[in-house]
Amino acid sequence: MKRFCMRFYLALAFVFLYTPILILIVLSFNDSRVRSSWGGFTLKWYAQLFSDATLLTALKNTLSIALISAGIASLIALMAALGVDAMRKNHAVVVINLGNIPVLNADIVTGIILMLTMGRFMKLGYASILIAHITFNIPYVFLSVLPAIKNCNRSVYEAARDLGADAGTAFFRVLLPDIMPSLMGGFFMAVTLSMDDFVVTYFTRGAGIDTLSTLIYGQLKRGLKPEMYALSSMIFFVVLLILIAGNLIPGGAKRRDNDAVWKRI
Amino acid sequence: MEKTLIQNDILIDLKHITKSFGSHMVLDDFSLYIRKNEFVTLLGPSGCGKTTTLRIIAGFETPDTGEVFFEGKNINSLPPEKREINTVFQKYSLFTHMTIAENIAFGLKIRKKPKAYIEEKIKYALELVGLTGFEDRCPETLSGGQQQRIAIARAIVNEPKILLLDEPLGALDLKLRQSMQLELMRLKNELGITFVYVTHDQEEALTMSDTIVIMNQGYIQQIGTPEDIYNEPENAFVADFIGDVNMLDGKVISKSAVEMLGTSFPCTDEGFEAGTKVDVVIRPEDIVLTNPGEGTIDGLVEEVIFKGVHYQMKVRCRGYAFFVCSTVCREAGSKAGLQIDPFNIRLMPKPQSDDERAVHEE
Repeated sequence: MKRFCMRFYLALAFVFLYTPILILIVLSFNDSRVRSSWGGFTLKWYAQLFSDATLLTALKNTLSIALISAGIASLIALMAALGVDAMRKNHAVVVINLGNIPVLNADIVTGIILMLTMGRFMKLGYASILIAHITFNIPYVFLSVLPAIKNCNRSVYEAARDLGADAGTAFFRVLLPDIMPSLMGGFFMAVTLSMDDFVVTYFTRGAGIDTLSTLIYGQLKRGLKPEMYALSSMIFFVVLLILIAGNLIPGGAKRRDNDAVWKRI
Repeated sequence: MEKTLIQNDILIDLKHITKSFGSHMVLDDFSLYIRKNEFVTLLGPSGCGKTTTLRIIAGFETPDTGEVFFEGKNINSLPPEKREINTVFQKYSLFTHMTIAENIAFGLKIRKKPKAYIEEKIKYALELVGLTGFEDRCPETLSGGQQQRIAIARAIVNEPKILLLDEPLGALDLKLRQSMQLELMRLKNELGITFVYVTHDQEEALTMSDTIVIMNQGYIQQIGTPEDIYNEPENAFVADFIGDVNMLDGKVISKSAVEMLGTSFPCTDEGFEAGTKVDVVIRPEDIVLTNPGEGTIDGLVEEVIFKGVHYQMKVRCRGYAFFVCSTVCREAGSKAGLQIDPFNIRLMPKPQSDDERAVHEE
């Protein structure tokens, strides 16, 4: 009986989690503009998706902002984490806590602050979205990399120096490969956060530029086009593929990667 | 002539080194020289400054004041990668994302040695540490002892003049530690390089070293051969740290007698004036148990523990529990006499100043 309850509960949880996604996928193949009726199987929404110029531009913006902001944020966060690691303990605690505040801050506050600040110095547009995304991504990568740097055996770096490597060589050949899994974990976290973001983007984008999230929001007022179901389904499948690939690749890298994510949560 | 000979023999010369971290003084006016082809062990409790000394030699720490000489040249500001010194770290510190062969080749590749030379060296080093055929394995798949041997192989392929070892056997179990001790001694003899070894394990130090440097709280307590240190400890700290001892308060009566526990014991340790208060040190294996009344003092056997080769007994005499090791067993609860050879009773001056006293307190 207990066993049955456990299984039933688990099944229920998965039903609630995956039914909406399943509905979305089904709708993306539905040859009818109305959600409530099934008009037969079609791929036309997928075809339209790739001929919709506004949508493709928004997709391109989303992807480029996500990758570039995550990349730059990772670089800055890595340097920050290395610096904090070298600090004395009480100083480091202050810096880490200051770094935590933006993470806890509500998106809407972050968005307004960034809009106000950047609006004074530049025209809002692609660049301001990018800067905003870099800004809110840094703490996430920082918090992902710092434990890895702390955990990584300090004497490994010293061992490299001892064997004749200068500071730079020791860093790039020994220390960096060691913290790479966590850095990549932080990078992908940042990519996801950036792609997900609506609030901050909405405030800092200015006129005439859209990312996927702001575009979909704009279209909501006129009713959602079925192309969006197709797009959302595709994003889901891409994420699913990445997840499966990540789990199939054997070795310690993935394990430590997960550790880093768990630590953050 | 003789003097220059001795000078040439010195590989590392530390002169008046002080080093502190924050307000904590780790080394205070520390001087030590190490000869070529010597196996020197820095021995002491944790926090005594032995690892800091090693790190100063390796170049990971710079002394606040004082000078480090390597073959007569000042190397204070020479970074670790430029020193002809390699280190075997306590935590092995193998590069986990590289294979064993890549680990061993690391130093050679950085020095841009030819490929054939590197291959040959890897083979030679693995053979030397008894791990032939491990080239393509990953460090994670090796046991602790194997990883440690790879760490040693990785260091020695660079043909350093000095090999520094920072408690390299600390994480291994007793059996493995003992066989690695013999292995290290064999390596040292085969390679003919100077070993500087850091440990807090006195047995390890006694087994392997040519010279032991006993340290406590940043000071050198005694330098000597294992025999010297064990048989002729210079002060109570050394005596206590090396092996088990009985330490009692005593008063010198004459040149050949000391009074302790209200009894006069014959001794041969001279150099004290009559009436001087001293610390008396007696090794447990130097006490001979006799029938009651036949020894210098009588006592009650309180406890007997069988230790394999010998019995370890606690014999209480007038309030003091003597620690006795003997191959002859006396039953607990029985009376026994204690007989101590005069030359096995060692007298040590009581600490005078606060500084000296600090040395005794752990």
